[in-house]
Amino acid sequence: MKHAKTLVALALSSSLVTAAASAETLRLLTWGGYAPDEVIALFEKETGIEVKVTTSNNEDMISKLRATGGAGFDLAQPSQDRITGAQQAFNIYQPIDLSKVEASQMIPSMLAATKANTELNGDVYGVPHVWGTSGLVVNTAQAKDVKDYTDLCSSAYEGKVSYRMKRPTLIGFAYAMGEDPFAAYSDPAKYQAILDKVEAKLIECKPVVKTYWTGGDALINLIRSEEVVAAMAWDAGGWKLNRDNADVKFVAPASGALGWIDTFAIPRKAKAVDAAYQWINFVMQPEIAAMITEAAGNFTASQGSDEFVNEVAKAQFQESFPPADLDNIKWYPAVPPGLEEMEGLALDRIQAAN
Amino acid sequence: MSQQRWQFYFLLTPFLLWIGLLIIWPHFNMLEVSLTERSWTQGDSFSFKHYLLFFQQSLYWNTYLRTAWMAILATFITLLISFPVAYYIAKVAKPRSKLALLMCCLLPFWLSELVRAYGWMILLRESGIISGLLQAIGLADAPIEMLYHDATIILGLVYSGMLFMVVPLVSSLDSMDNSYIEAGFDLGGNRWHIFWEIVFPYAMPGVVSGCIIVFMLNLGNYLIPNLMGGKDSLWFTEMVYTQFITRFNWELGSAFGILLLVLSSLLVWLALKLSGQSLSTTVGR
Repeated sequence: MKHAKTLVALALSSSLVTAAASAETLRLLTWGGYAPDEVIALFEKETGIEVKVTTSNNEDMISKLRATGGAGFDLAQPSQDRITGAQQAFNIYQPIDLSKVEASQMIPSMLAATKANTELNGDVYGVPHVWGTSGLVVNTAQAKDVKDYTDLCSSAYEGKVSYRMKRPTLIGFAYAMGEDPFAAYSDPAKYQAILDKVEAKLIECKPVVKTYWTGGDALINLIRSEEVVAAMAWDAGGWKLNRDNADVKFVAPASGALGWIDTFAIPRKAKAVDAAYQWINFVMQPEIAAMITEAAGNFTASQGSDEFVNEVAKAQFQESFPPADLDNIKWYPAVPPGLEEMEGLALDRIQAAN
Repeated sequence: MSQQRWQFYFLLTPFLLWIGLLIIWPHFNMLEVSLTERSWTQGDSFSFKHYLLFFQQSLYWNTYLRTAWMAILATFITLLISFPVAYYIAKVAKPRSKLALLMCCLLPFWLSELVRAYGWMILLRESGIISGLLQAIGLADAPIEMLYHDATIILGLVYSGMLFMVVPLVSSLDSMDNSYIEAGFDLGGNRWHIFWEIVFPYAMPGVVSGCIIVFMLNLGNYLIPNLMGGKDSLWFTEMVYTQFITRFNWELGSAFGILLLVLSSLLVWLALKLSGQSLSTTVGR
């Protein structure tokens, strides 16, 4: 009898404990590598909040949040250019309470740029976390003279180049062809004219492409096996390949690498909002941010975290970005709604063209 | 009597819930979404815009027809390869090896489709095993790229559909009495005649049900065209996925989904009409 009572008490208390724990859960919708296990362990130790991670990408994040009207997650990490458009169309985020974010931990210029880019009706919807660029990954032993996006069309490399059928390809090629697509964002007619030009060029280039890569793993395989000698890719992917094969390098294209900043944004129906702010302030500490740089391969907007990053990553960064190339990075401005439909049609037409 | 009725409805409820909540309701919902025009300024309105867009853009209906044609071709090739296999298992093999042979067909399906697709990619890629082998024995001078063609998609589809063709064929051939074949030989028929006049017609329900299942799987496949297809190959399911996930255009995606449903229903109906079978004699067996 006494035994049974203890058991009941035990069952009750354990269920209480689990109930308390589940109330303190942070559901994080993020990219692979942005929430490494060691960082989660440190955060759980310090705050007692359990972190559940769902890895995703920009489009998938918006789709997931759109399906629930902004419920199901407490913190999301969309790129800064993809916030205001999605917010206007689907109303999936809530404004950031800037008084709860420790701004002193962030690089001021990046915080200011992100605030300006994610502002809507006086409210700010995102603060910066990880930044990086997309440009060219080149096997310098076999394709020395690939300097810009349009060099991927050179018949010298027929069957040995690859890129994605996504919007960065359109924008990169537009810059390399002497256009300024970001300036035309607000003028649909002009943007369509640029898209038409790029579409024609990419259809012309089709015989040279080996395949349009669809996932990071597929691309890394193609370059590692040397089936592909030049590709359009992210800097972190290039640096990862560089550690295995010193010939493979990330090169900032002559017309400028395309720069992105992934942010923290809070979904409209988030439950653990305080936990979300705690996470933001926790991971922006320089030592923690350096751990994320190790895992994700990209640098963060955390002030002073460079000191804690390993020497290899620092050297790779400096080789890929001499000061002139760093200044030449084209940062993505916010995408106005409706633009992606135009791009989508162009991408489909390129893929289907023979 | 009334208790029996009660039991009948009780047992029927899970089925009704399943078909109502998971099949019929979502489809009506999808139909509704596909007929909506979304606007941030004026609100939603009824419109055929997305269906019209499908017919205006040659890209969309070209992909639609291409997907249907390649799915049919892959189904036909699957039938050609599976029939001898099924005949051997059902009629030629000894009862003891029968089970072992069926297991051989089943074994690859213990792995996920993704792993099987990657297996093919390792074999077929430029720096892959087959290309290396051909060079080693002197049949090729340079690496050969066998991946990223339409033919690779067909190959992948045939491989992933084989089992679903073999099993219904074996089950319908199994029930055939060998004396029919003997009687055919006794009456002076040759192998060709016996195959066309006796074996094939007898296996027809199995052929049609196998073809329907394999065709449906092919048409709805996403992984294989995406991983093994080339730069020109676009599969209709990929387009549905892109509209929903990367373009946030659920309206157009829903319209594509409905059109895909219409296409598959129409082709299955046509196949049943042409073969003189009905759903109850094939899938319902």
